Amino acid sequence: MIALEAINVTKIYGAGANAITAVDDVSLSIKRGEFVGLVGPSGSGKTTMLAMLAGLLKPSQGQIVIAGKDIGRMSEGKRTKFRGRYIGFAFQANNLVPFLTAQENVELLLRLNGKFNRQGRQRTLDLLERLGLSDRLKNRPGQLSGGQQQRIAIARALIHEPEVVLADEPTASLDTERAHQVVQTFAELIHEQNRAGVMVTHDLRMCKYVDRVIQMMDGRISRVITDVREISRLAGAADELDGGYVVHTNDKPALAGDPMVAVQGI
Amino acid sequence: MSFYLAIKEVWRNKGRFLLIASVVALITTLVLFIAALAEGLAAANREYIEKLNGELLVFQEGTQLSTTASRIGRGSIAELRRVEGIEAVGQVGFSTLKLVPPDGGEDINVSFIGVEPGMPGEPTVYDGQQLMRSSSNNVIVDEGVVARLGVKVGDAIRLKVTQGTQEEFYDLTVAGLTDRRQYFFQPAVFAPILTWDKIRPGGGAGNPSADLVSNIAVVKLNDPAQLGTMKTTIEQNVKDVEVADRQRAWEAIPGYAAQQSTLTTQQFFTFFIGVLVVGGFFQIQTLQKVAQIGMLKAIGLSNWTVGWTAIIQIVTVNAIGVAIGAVGTLALTANFPVTVPILLTGTAALTTVLALLAIGPLGGIVSVFVLLRIEPLRALGMAQ
Repeated sequence: MIALEAINVTKIYGAGANAITAVDDVSLSIKRGEFVGLVGPSGSGKTTMLAMLAGLLKPSQGQIVIAGKDIGRMSEGKRTKFRGRYIGFAFQANNLVPFLTAQENVELLLRLNGKFNRQGRQRTLDLLERLGLSDRLKNRPGQLSGGQQQRIAIARALIHEPEVVLADEPTASLDTERAHQVVQTFAELIHEQNRAGVMVTHDLRMCKYVDRVIQMMDGRISRVITDVREISRLAGAADELDGGYVVHTNDKPALAGDPMVAVQGI
Repeated sequence: MSFYLAIKEVWRNKGRFLLIASVVALITTLVLFIAALAEGLAAANREYIEKLNGELLVFQEGTQLSTTASRIGRGSIAELRRVEGIEAVGQVGFSTLKLVPPDGGEDINVSFIGVEPGMPGEPTVYDGQQLMRSSSNNVIVDEGVVARLGVKVGDAIRLKVTQGTQEEFYDLTVAGLTDRRQYFFQPAVFAPILTWDKIRPGGGAGNPSADLVSNIAVVKLNDPAQLGTMKTTIEQNVKDVEVADRQRAWEAIPGYAAQQSTLTTQQFFTFFIGVLVVGGFFQIQTLQKVAQIGMLKAIGLSNWTVGWTAIIQIVTVNAIGVAIGAVGTLALTANFPVTVPILLTGTAALTTVLALLAIGPLGGIVSVFVLLRIEPLRALGMAQ
């Protein structure tokens, strides 16, 4: 069942001679239980695409349909409310409310959706236990490591049973081991809970946990990889570099096997 | 949700919010002290006139309602008593004397006020008895005198007056006690008008045939609602007089208006400083939280929720500060000696506290608007 659909979506910043097309006529759909990696070099339009999928940005043209509703046509207020109900988020940083404990941060979305009750609280505890954070319930974000904070963000993104879960560079501030743990858990939960997940990432090693890789280039989808072996090969190429990062030029995608990709060990 | 977030943040950052609450408390203390000082000084100036049991005060024409410059003779009093609509007229005379404490301490300046027994101008006693005869040696003293000397009904007090170059002493008996009736910053001693006239500096002692001249006359009307009409009627029917109601009379006391406007200006500036301090604090805090607010809006918190959260915080912290300041000031002022002109009346305190409660929302309004304008994309660094 389709959970999220982008139909001929275009985003143009500015007007006239200064107009820049960040996303150009992109269409994609994501099913429930599917975890998609959105990759591409800086300026490829993947963050703009994610922002539109999240309802944080209105498309200039086209439709973004989540739970049967075109969120691009909604007013600002309605989109905000819609995000709280149907979308889960994990950002690169500044994910958590600093004055709330780990448990309270997760429960925030339950409160927002009027689901803060005994069952909701139990679900929070179960989810945090599943993420190995049972002993950190009363800790505030400042008392937690980056990995723990991201796991709490993931729990918060899922706790209110949203239609779609979006993550923007969730591993950017994590070391390799933590990054793998976080994305692996994220993928497992998306599959277990039958949510539609989209992760924007620069780190191709994380693609081994996704079901489909969508590569963007100059505002368009330049490649879609669905074959498991090919995804593994892509992620493996980066992984085999002894913890290396995939580095790419400004205008070229970072995909294994592509002769234009520069791969560099640390 | 707003209440939950607001209170959680305040509670979990007690130190930071207590700091601003302390600043508000200090501002509250300062504003309340100025208000109490203004009220205390005003009361010390006008208390007797304010509490007069008559609606109108009659002054000699051309004296700019000055109680010391005005002279009202018996002729004018007789004319006044003939005016229709007047229930009673009382002569009142003012002078300043020294009260000699029985224990030999420093002399106390008092307003020595002559009144006609049973007539408007004589204060009502809460202990003892009213003045009986116009020439007796009985006096009524106000609470200011009681607080300074500890006198009670039946005690004798000694007044010192300088006639020419000679000091004279008069022993009088306290017949009754009345509430605070200060006049011209001094506690008051009320004597029968003839006794007053005999004792006051340059008075009629030794000249019994002289016309008894008081400073003003206090008029009690049959119908207090006819105040404006009666003022005109009196001025038309009695020669060479000017009539004022109580408020106009005390406002004409030399220095009264200037003093009050100075204190009001101080109060206004302290309020203004309070608004800026509270506003500055919440504005800085808002700027520090841009990313957090952006994230909250991104995950679904509406502008309404974010705005109310800020307003609840501002109001709560401000209210805590005002409460601390108000309780502290009340405790302090309650223990001030009676000689200090600090008077915190219920009305003044309530008005000031209500105004102080407004400085938080006023100061914080800019930060609330900043919060509402935060765009999640920019705050999260996702904007192009």
